[in-house]
Amino acid sequence: MKRIIIVFTVSFLFLTASAQKFMTQTGNISFFSHTPIEDIKAYNNQVSSILDISTGEIVFQVNIKSFKFEKALMEEHFNENYMESEKYPRSTFKGKILNTESVDFTKTGKYDVKVEGDLEMHGVTNKVTVNGIIEVISGGINAASKFNIVPEDYKINIPGIVRDNIAKTLEVTITVKYTPLASK
Amino acid sequence: MRHLTLFIFLSLISVSLFSQEDLLDLLNKNVEPEINFASATFKSTRIMNGHSVERMPPGQLDFRISHRFGTINSGAYEFFGLDQSNIHFGLEYGILDWLMIGIGRGTYEKTYDAFAKFTILRQSAGARIMPVSVSVLSSVAATSIKWTDPERDNYFSSRLSYVNQILIARKINQSFSVQLSPSFVHRNLVATEFDPNDLWSIGAGGRMKLTKRISLNAEYYYMINSKTNMSREIHDPFSIGFDIETGGHVFQLIFTNSLAMIEKGFIGETTGDWLKGDIHFGFNISRVFTLK
Repeated sequence: MKRIIIVFTVSFLFLTASAQKFMTQTGNISFFSHTPIEDIKAYNNQVSSILDISTGEIVFQVNIKSFKFEKALMEEHFNENYMESEKYPRSTFKGKILNTESVDFTKTGKYDVKVEGDLEMHGVTNKVTVNGIIEVISGGINAASKFNIVPEDYKINIPGIVRDNIAKTLEVTITVKYTPLASK
Repeated sequence: MRHLTLFIFLSLISVSLFSQEDLLDLLNKNVEPEINFASATFKSTRIMNGHSVERMPPGQLDFRISHRFGTINSGAYEFFGLDQSNIHFGLEYGILDWLMIGIGRGTYEKTYDAFAKFTILRQSAGARIMPVSVSVLSSVAATSIKWTDPERDNYFSSRLSYVNQILIARKINQSFSVQLSPSFVHRNLVATEFDPNDLWSIGAGGRMKLTKRISLNAEYYYMINSKTNMSREIHDPFSIGFDIETGGHVFQLIFTNSLAMIEKGFIGETTGDWLKGDIHFGFNISRVFTLK
């Protein structure tokens, strides 16, 4: 009997440990480039992410080929010429919420957060700090952030012939809806 | 007491297990793998003269202008062929994400042509593995040149020829792609009884990227029918050239021994001999418009 209790307690520990983690596979990411010549928009609704509320650690992963563009040719150039998605199929972010103490994950509400971490893209890793919002709702957590990236920082070369069509700085928007991660 | 020790020990293990696990690894364990389709096996819907496995995406219109000049061995008087020009215009459109159609008109025998290209298989990795992409091309061509013998009974059907091709391609890596194109050409009317109505051939082509926007392409069609008895001296078509991509355009510079720019012409009616210098310089220009 005691053994059974032990087993239960231990499994319970496992469960509580994993309920500290929240996950999504259907997060949204989009980016926007504005120049006087043309606006370029792309979106991807297959962002996967895990948020560990016990440590404030947060990771994101994006499949580069899942970005959709208005024009099929843009999508091809994005994959073939700029992101080289066959060579670098994924982009990841691994970071930490700097002010976890100001977020009460047990109480519904919106909280401003600052996240710092390593953003890897096109084989280049840069340290970034972005502002975001965490919204605790019943049964889950929503998160959103808007920040800028400079393609040049990731060794993404834009040739002279299209330099006027692509902005120097791209605006990236991320919105995710997390649900508790069930242990496997 | 012993149980208590065990309990603490196990809880420690469980806690340490979790804190040590990398969140990215955990993410990868939980994410369902996606299908990764190979993109841009070729830059254009043509390798050189012949069709590649690629098709126009839905809603995109491709306006193509192709030129083949005279043969390089025609000498300085003809400015090495540049004084003569053969042209082919094409309007091609993607209807569905597996179907494109096109129409065209060429100088060679004043030919009108139309085709449909269907994508059957798409090369992919990840959740679904498919080693090759396969497309099928069906085309029909109608010449409008004056009858060689206007005295006899001439029928419109005599102007028609049909081509069916199975295009099998593999993008081997980011810069290297190959294609095999078994082809069948049927000509309703041929010049003499020595010329077969049905021609069988196998095409082979490839591209090698030299930079992100320039690639070296080559293409060869081997005719299975014996060419020895035909009324004209026919050669297998071989073409080599470059793809140069600039935004919405693809330029293809080409050296080839065939003058025609449609399958029926270059597979069955190539009279140039590379070894004798019967080489035509030419280019294809593709301009893509997004209609929806």
